[in-house]
Amino acid sequence: MHDFEVGEHLYRFPGGLRLRHHKQIACRDPLARPDMPEALYLPLQQHQGPVGELLVQVGDRVLKGQPLSRARNDREVPVHAPTSGTIREIRRWPVSWPPDSDAECLVLEPDGEETWTETESAAVEGWRQADPADLIEHIRAAGLAGLGGAMFPTAAKLRGDWPQVHTLILNGSECEPYISCDEMLMRERPGAIIEGGLILARALGAERVVIAIEDQMGAVDKSLSRALAEHDPDDVCRIVEVTTIYPEGGEKQLIQVLTGAEVPHDGLPQDLGLACLNVGTAAATRDAVIEGKPLIERIVTVSGPGIAHPRNLVALLGTPVRDLLAAAGGRHDDLERLVLGGPMSGLPLATDRIPVTKGSNCILVLRRQDTRREQPVMPCINCGECVRVCPASLLPQELFKYLKAEEYDQADSLDLFDCIECGCCAHVCPSHIPLVDWYRHGKGVLRERGIEDARAQKARQRFEAREQRLSEEKQQRRRRREQREEKLRSGGNAKSEVQAAIERARAKSTGPDKEGD
Amino acid sequence: MSTSLASILIAVGVMLALLLGIGLVLLLSARKWKPDDDSVVEQINRILPQTQCGQCDYPGCRPYAEAIASGEADINQCPPGGEAGVKALADLLGREPKPLDASHGETKPPIVAVIDEDRCIGCKLCIQACPVDAIIGAPKMMHTVIADECTGCELCLPPCPVDCIDLVPRRRPFIWPVAGVESGSRGDSQPASSEREHA
Repeated sequence: MHDFEVGEHLYRFPGGLRLRHHKQIACRDPLARPDMPEALYLPLQQHQGPVGELLVQVGDRVLKGQPLSRARNDREVPVHAPTSGTIREIRRWPVSWPPDSDAECLVLEPDGEETWTETESAAVEGWRQADPADLIEHIRAAGLAGLGGAMFPTAAKLRGDWPQVHTLILNGSECEPYISCDEMLMRERPGAIIEGGLILARALGAERVVIAIEDQMGAVDKSLSRALAEHDPDDVCRIVEVTTIYPEGGEKQLIQVLTGAEVPHDGLPQDLGLACLNVGTAAATRDAVIEGKPLIERIVTVSGPGIAHPRNLVALLGTPVRDLLAAAGGRHDDLERLVLGGPMSGLPLATDRIPVTKGSNCILVLRRQDTRREQPVMPCINCGECVRVCPASLLPQELFKYLKAEEYDQADSLDLFDCIECGCCAHVCPSHIPLVDWYRHGKGVLRERGIEDARAQKARQRFEAREQRLSEEKQQRRRRREQREEKLRSGGNAKSEVQAAIERARAKSTGPDKEGD
Repeated sequence: MSTSLASILIAVGVMLALLLGIGLVLLLSARKWKPDDDSVVEQINRILPQTQCGQCDYPGCRPYAEAIASGEADINQCPPGGEAGVKALADLLGREPKPLDASHGETKPPIVAVIDEDRCIGCKLCIQACPVDAIIGAPKMMHTVIADECTGCELCLPPCPVDCIDLVPRRRPFIWPVAGVESGSRGDSQPASSEREHA
């Protein structure tokens, strides 16, 4: 038994910011679906990890929910057909990551029929008694990846080499301004989240489920509490309201708030006996296990000052951002920038042809006057504001100095990789230094260096193995030559051997049939 | 007079004896605990990029490391290692960094060999030339390069009788750009097509 009850006392994490929420503008209307797009663009990689094995070809007719690729291990995540139709082509198409790039995508032309593939066999009967391994297999086959935005394969979070997980944390504390897809989900499908949480807890072997929401989400608390009474007879789940301070919804920050413990530098939440999953992932788990429906759609917030009618949409994966903007009333004419995610840690999108993937939580539409790009970058004045707000207790200004001087190893030794890229430091910087850009750059350089080092060591091994092989071959040749010379020198029978060989050859040429070899 | 002379002699004698004694101890310990040449070579070799290209005029990175350790070669003869490599070697050996010796070649972005499989006649000459066994194939059968193992040393180019080997830029991980900083690479995917509407 663990010695603390998660969420019983609330703690604080260092730093953070109180930001204006801007969430309600997208929550006024109920969830809606955009019109069926002309084509769906499905990247094969919609998760962190290697791509699964492709199962379809160009020209194939596919049914809604049919797997298009297959996972061979827990780090691979399959992709399913979001609707019925025909695979028109497999081509490169713009994607959100890396920025300004394209990737291999399946282009699915919907037939408008929405014919489901057979789902009954994909469901688990009696999940409350089901084998955890069986549940995890189903979750993997349903293509689940973290819907909070990081797209980490869910199956890989549920089993691994770690101590027993005692508490599952469902993360509903969506802390970044404008993003409200989880809030809408918790209002509209609270029962699915709770059932999904119980299934995930069974898969993990966890005794308790804590659903963390923000203290500003009044309506959510009510709907979740009502659903708890209905779906949680054994009283396993707790709802915990955490103080709204950005970025309290970050995994490490949320765990610190709920337990007072920090996830170790090189460790995982599982090392503390905790697992942290997004509420959207829980609802998708419920659909996969109880209804046998794979992950083919998600809620996307379309919001920001640059959109006519901000709202939350249920979008099929692969829907181009353009179709979402149209469904949200269209964009303002002076559109300046599209952002995937929120204003603090989002990624700029190069084009509105980029499709929705499993991690697309929000499309933020900004006008020219909403962006800060005109402000010139000034030198660091050592004010220390960034240190005060850093939720990971790093030294942002020191990291910046080292990275600017290309002292990447020094930045690494100051734990650059513990940076969660929340953007608090850049937000408060009076010199408008794009600090997060620097940290992302530095991490990229260090990662590439790691890859290069590994390559070099492999090349060294292969070079040395080859040298050894060549020298052994050389020695063997020398030994054989010496043996021959020895024979020639020592043997008076050399001549007779030569004679015998000549006779053998002669016999062969005259009567090859008789020899028979 | 004589007593002072004696005392001087004694003092000099004591100093000489001390000197001799310490010298002897140092000499013996130096004989007994030799500095590990191998470890120096090993440390230098770790810094070298392991391209095994021979541009340094030695047949591989380890031979070059041995030559540096013995003082035979200078530290600025490795183009794939670049200025960063020279600096790392200078730090390790306590020397002043110097610019790369241009006579050994220029630093290039990472490349990898690709065999044009239609033109390959299966002569095996490139296989023999490859210092890291990154080419596979059999006589009169098409050869191919294991891209992950290729160091881009270019040693397979000269022996190829049909000139069917090309060197192409190696796929590199995406590195987030910062305004005004050489970003190094563009990632493994090409930039999105020119129809960018909201740059």
